[in-house]
Amino acid sequence: MGNPMKIRAAVKEGVTEVKVLMQHNMETGLRKGADGNLIPAWFITEVKAQYQGRTVLEAQFGQSVSKNPYLLFRFKGGAAGEKVSISWVDNTGDSRTDEVAITA
Amino acid sequence: MNISNVSKVFLVLSLSTSYAAMAAEGDVSDSDRIAQYREMIADGNPAEFDEMAGEELWKTPAGPKKATLEKCNLGKGPGVVKGAYAALPRYFKDTRKVQDLESRLLTCMTTLQGIPEEQITAKPFSSDQKKSDISSLATYVVGQSKGIKMAVSLKHPKEKEAYEIGQRIFYYRAGPYDFACSTCHATSDVRIRMQDLPNFNVQKDAQAAYTSWPAYRVSQGLTRSFQWRLNDCFRQQRFPEPKFASEATIALTMFLAVNANGAEYAGPGLKR
Repeated sequence: MGNPMKIRAAVKEGVTEVKVLMQHNMETGLRKGADGNLIPAWFITEVKAQYQGRTVLEAQFGQSVSKNPYLLFRFKGGAAGEKVSISWVDNTGDSRTDEVAITA
Repeated sequence: MNISNVSKVFLVLSLSTSYAAMAAEGDVSDSDRIAQYREMIADGNPAEFDEMAGEELWKTPAGPKKATLEKCNLGKGPGVVKGAYAALPRYFKDTRKVQDLESRLLTCMTTLQGIPEEQITAKPFSSDQKKSDISSLATYVVGQSKGIKMAVSLKHPKEKEAYEIGQRIFYYRAGPYDFACSTCHATSDVRIRMQDLPNFNVQKDAQAAYTSWPAYRVSQGLTRSFQWRLNDCFRQQRFPEPKFASEATIALTMFLAVNANGAEYAGPGLKR
């Protein structure tokens, strides 16, 4: 199971802005370690954002995304106290889901 | 007007517009762009993960004594973390020494938890393979001083002495390159690669520099502590590597911290 994410969600004038900071090494599989061997690829492949059980964002990530990816997006709707949940899956099958309440 | 004249007019026009575009581009300096980039990801500073890890370490029993660090006195009383970093380094009665944050954490880890000092100082800095506990702890503690004004005391004679030694180290030229900290950090508008270097003779620069460390280094993917910052500065000057949390590094930290007095602490920061 992956490490926790940092999520902030705030609603303003009917639009919710979500900022997500994911904790992941995002190894490309092309980098060599200190021992000269390739470091195996290890990166997030899918990200999904849900609001009240409805998917508001789906994304496919790859090797070109940096370590500890930061994602910012907005969706229409949302009210203080309602939940937004973010989940990711990586290429090793590991996954992580975190949830946060929307603030006004 | 024949056709070739028309095309010349067009050529001139397109050239002048591209010059205008270039001039506008040139107005934005690299440091402005870096500032822009920092602003964009200010809410997403991965140093926060290190703060979380540090808090966990602070509250988890460890070492032969199976103790937490919740009784660690960082100068504001046992267990008080809030605002502690903004008043460090300082003189501590129990150790009879001026200590910076990391040397004080070292004291707490050895006395409260019973972890041998050599075990901690053998690899005090984070690497790709392994995060450093003392560095994560430091990140947690500094985060608890965010927004608090730097107020490092010079009342105790030992504190004053440390400041003066630190000042001497700052201006001390030596090593194969005949370098001092001041070679790069006592002139305005100089840079290393793309980075503007702070001039520590200018209060605003000195404050901005000190209050943004420790910081997450995007290029390294790691949060770097202040001891690391100094260690790497000495390495770049081709000085011998200073011992972790040695008196010299604490004295230099004292000098830099006092020069930042009055500014709000803003770390952990974010660097390229």
